[in-house]
Parts: sequence; C-alpha cells; structure tokens
Amino acid sequence: MAPSGASAAAKPQAWGEHLSATAVRRAGFDPALLLVVPAALFMLLLFVYPFVYGLVLSFEPKEGGALANYHHFFTSNRLWPTIGTTLKLAMPATLINVFVALPIAYRMRQPSPWRRTMTALLVVPITLGTVLIAEGMLTYFGPKGWLSQFLQAAHLYDGAIRLTHNYWGVLISLVVSGFPFAFLLILSYITGIDPVLARAASTLGADSRAQFRYIYLPLLAPGLAMCFCLAFVQAFSVFPSAVLLGAPAGPTRVISIAAYEAAFEQYDYSLASAIAMLMGFVQLLIVAFVLSLRGWFYKGPVGGGKG
Amino acid sequence: MNEGIASVATSPVLPVVRTRPANAWTSRAWNALLWGAIVLFLVNVGLMIAAVGVNSFATRWFGGWLPQGWTPSWYADAWKEFQLASILWVTVEVVLSVVLLSLLIGVPAAYTLARREFPGKRALLLLFLLPLMVPPITYGIPLATVLYQTHLGGTLTGVILANLIPAAPFVILVMTPFIEQIDPNLESAARVFGANTLRTFVHVLVPLLGPGILAAALLVLVRTIALFELTFLTAGPDSQTLVVALYYAVFAAGVRAPQSVDAMAMIYMAVTLVWLLIALRFVNPTQLVSRVREHPQH
Repeated sequence: MAPSGASAAAKPQAWGEHLSATAVRRAGFDPALLLVVPAALFMLLLFVYPFVYGLVLSFEPKEGGALANYHHFFTSNRLWPTIGTTLKLAMPATLINVFVALPIAYRMRQPSPWRRTMTALLVVPITLGTVLIAEGMLTYFGPKGWLSQFLQAAHLYDGAIRLTHNYWGVLISLVVSGFPFAFLLILSYITGIDPVLARAASTLGADSRAQFRYIYLPLLAPGLAMCFCLAFVQAFSVFPSAVLLGAPAGPTRVISIAAYEAAFEQYDYSLASAIAMLMGFVQLLIVAFVLSLRGWFYKGPVGGGKG
Repeated sequence: MNEGIASVATSPVLPVVRTRPANAWTSRAWNALLWGAIVLFLVNVGLMIAAVGVNSFATRWFGGWLPQGWTPSWYADAWKEFQLASILWVTVEVVLSVVLLSLLIGVPAAYTLARREFPGKRALLLLFLLPLMVPPITYGIPLATVLYQTHLGGTLTGVILANLIPAAPFVILVMTPFIEQIDPNLESAARVFGANTLRTFVHVLVPLLGPGILAAALLVLVRTIALFELTFLTAGPDSQTLVVALYYAVFAAGVRAPQSVDAMAMIYMAVTLVWLLIALRFVNPTQLVSRVREHPQH
C-alpha cells in the first residue's frame, strides 16, 4: 500500500511548511504540491501503467506478427460483429435515456417537493446496480411475470411476451439503469442555469418552448454532450445484463463479453487486451464526435449559469 | 449574469422570441405525457423490486398473481448456501478500505488542486477525470492482467486496489469544488492569531471540511457497494463482494432455486438501500452522478 503511506507522510510535512510557503514558493517550489503526489502516483501506477501495458501486450500476440490480434479480431466472425451488436444496444439506449430525461428534467427545473421525491426515488435503480436490475427483470418481465400477466389480463397484448433472454431485455435494463443517471445529471446541469435569464426572456414574450430553445438549450449543450458521453460509456460497456438478461451466445454478444471470454476462458490476455483497446477506441471516437457536435449549438462562454 | 441579460435583450435572435398565445391544451397534454412517462417508469421499477421481494418469500410461484404459499426459509437457505456471512465480511472490508484510502489519497490532492495553480494542473485533472470517462471493463481487463502477474489478482488487496481507481478520482472531483468555496482567509486568520499548523488543521480545516468529507465518503461507499465490473474481473473465490456473488448466483440460476437467489438479492438490496438512505440525509441525490460538473473546461 505504498500510495497511502506516502500520503500520510506528505500531509503533515506540507502543512508544517505552510508558514514558510511564500518564501519557498519564491524559490520555485511549493510544498503543498506534495499533497497531490500520492494521488498522481496512484493513478499512474494503477490506471496509466496497466493501460499502456495492455496496449503493448495487444501487439505481442501468442502467435503471429505484431498485428495478429487485430487481424484476428477483424476477420473472426465471433469477434468483429460484437462492435455492431454493442452499438446497436448502446446507441438507442443512450438516445432514449438522454432525450426522454431532457424534457422531464426541464419540466422540473423549479424546486418543488415533487422534485425532491422524484430525485430520491430515481437514485434507487442507480445504486441497486445492473446485477440486481437483471435479477428483478428476470422475475418481473419474464414470460410468467407480473407484466405479461397484466398485459394479457388487460388484453393489451395477447401473444407470448418475450422480454428476457433477448435484445429487448438488455435494452430495457440499459434504460432502467441509464435513465435515472441521465435525468439526475441533466437536472443538475439545468438547475445550474440562472433562472433570471429565462425570466428576462419571458419578459420579452418568450413562452416556455422558446425559452427552452433559445435560453436553456444553448447553455445546456456542453452539459448535454457530456451527459450523452457518460450515458453512452455506461451503455457501451454493458456486461452483466447482456449475460444475464440477453442471449450472450448470439444477439447480445457484446464486445465486453468477447473481451472477458478471451481473458478468462481462453486465457489469451494479449487478445483480450487488443479487444479492450478496440473497445476504448470505438468509444473514444463516439465521445470525440459528440463533443465536437456541441459546437453547433453555441459558441459563447460555457459558464452562463450561476456556476 | 448581467451581460447575459443584456445580450438576450439586444441580440439579433430577438425576433424569433415571438409571443405565442399559450396553448393550454397542448401544454397540458405534454405535461400529462411527461408525468405518464415518469410514473410508468417508477411503477415498473417499483413492481420489479416488489416481484423480487415476493418471490423471495414464496414456497412455489408458477404463474398467477401471487405465490401458492409463503415461507421465510429461503433467507436461511441463501445465508448458508451462498456463505453470505463471509461474503458480507469481505464486502465490509473492501468498502471500508476503499472509502478510507480514497479519502486519504483524494482529500490532500483535492486541497492542492483547489488552492494552488501550477504548471501541469490541467494534465493532472485530465488524469483524474479519465478513469471516470473510460468504462470499467476497458481498463479493468488490462488491470486484471497486471494484477494477476503481480500475484495480486484474486486477492482482497487486488480488489481494493481496483476499486480505488474510480473512487479516488471521484473523491477529488467532489472535494475540489467543496474546498474552493472555503475562504482561504480563514486559514490565514487562524495563523495571524497564533494558531500553529496542528491547531489550524484541527480547529479550522477539519470542521470546515467535515461535511464535504462525510458526503464524499458516503458517495464512495454507495458507489463501491454497487460497483460490479472491476470486482468481478479481479476477485478470486474468497474475495468476492456481495454484488459479484449475486451475479454468480443469478448466472447459475438453473442450479439453485430462484427464490433463494431472490432472497440473496433482497439481502443485497437491503444493504445498499440502508446506506443510500443514510447518504440521502447528507447529500443531494444528483451528487451521486454529477461527478463531472467541475470539468476543467468550465
């Protein structure tokens, strides 16, 4: 546990020298900077190093040349379609989550007892996590669960209802866990926008829709882009629900399942690292694309709110 | 803020902000649609949780609205069958270590990031932000490879280290804005009145930082209990936390009675919800997700 030890040592030292800090700073070194060293070292050692290690390892396959893993990935029928499968799940889920959460969060921009209750309730599915949601959905959405019984009793839908062990099960689970996340994040961005701006617009005759289009949306664009990225990252790395609720051999064989199988079933860490790197790369492309989109909305200062 | 109003008032977009007669009917329909969506969502999630609860007390439940009979025995079953006592103990060990270590690493770093400007600060912020932007599976697999090579994989230490990767940056991102809003003059004032470092720390900084540290600790605690992927990738048979054990139980659902799995799910849920309720007394629910609000671009 080297990092924590270093932190304990660094703390008293830096505070102890606080008085002479100005003198030392003049000499070019500020002891308070030592406080950040354990955290930085820890991240370098446990985040950056494994990442770089994985990148290097992915070019050192068990057999073949440096690019053999990547060649294998793009030629194997078991591997390359996983990218499409994952995107086909993650994209609709993220779009639903963000663009359903947006009008609801906008509606609740004024503080009210309702909002407190809602936010407290919506936090529950996030904290329960994907594994519990998967187990709950197997019971509730299953062919003999309450939902299909209700739909059949009410004659809303009479056919067999299959919402588990297929694409839809995974998509629903991504919405159940992702929607509250998107809602709370967007709500925190919206409440950060100064309501005085909207009041000024309304004095000038803007109705709620115009206020949204010309005041909130431009100010919200950076936050919305960030929210989309985070929601997408979550959906893109879908693992437990794709295994438990989906059909992990076929329609919901997502890229994280492929990476996991390579690492822990075939013990081919090199191939697994290659898949993980490709996964990171695809996701980085999407994040970069979305972040570049937000320039369309608004080019002014990003603050604008009460901060 | 004033410039904001001025620019709205004088900007060329003014003509489009036209007066529209408020259409009461569409706005009411829109409201109903939004409320309908939210109620539908909450009702279904609530029933989903209730279904797990009901099933965990059922003797047999094959179709029908309610099970044929009721029994509490699945809980005792799950407790024995899944060795929940040891799993709970591991969970407590992992979660407490992660909370303590992430505070120990994160709070001093947040202090410096809040109080000092230095070259490379943006790069450092990016380093702390990246683990929250990259999904756990992507860096979890190379990390697990490294941990298994250093013989830390499958051990409690490995699980704690892996869980610290998102936890420590999270503490930093929660604490930095919190420390920023504490007036640095308070520290200087204490020193002017002759307080030494220890007294300044104990009587000024700790009381002021207390609420922030408590909030950060609770947020990390709730998130760590539910964090699945990293523990799953790094845990061995005797370093599984509750959520990973639950995954294996659901995964092997054919082997065990579904009621027993649901009983275990209820135990997991109870553990999580108790801490969530405690956390909600001290933190705003949005804090559980809005970790990137203080992104360097702002």
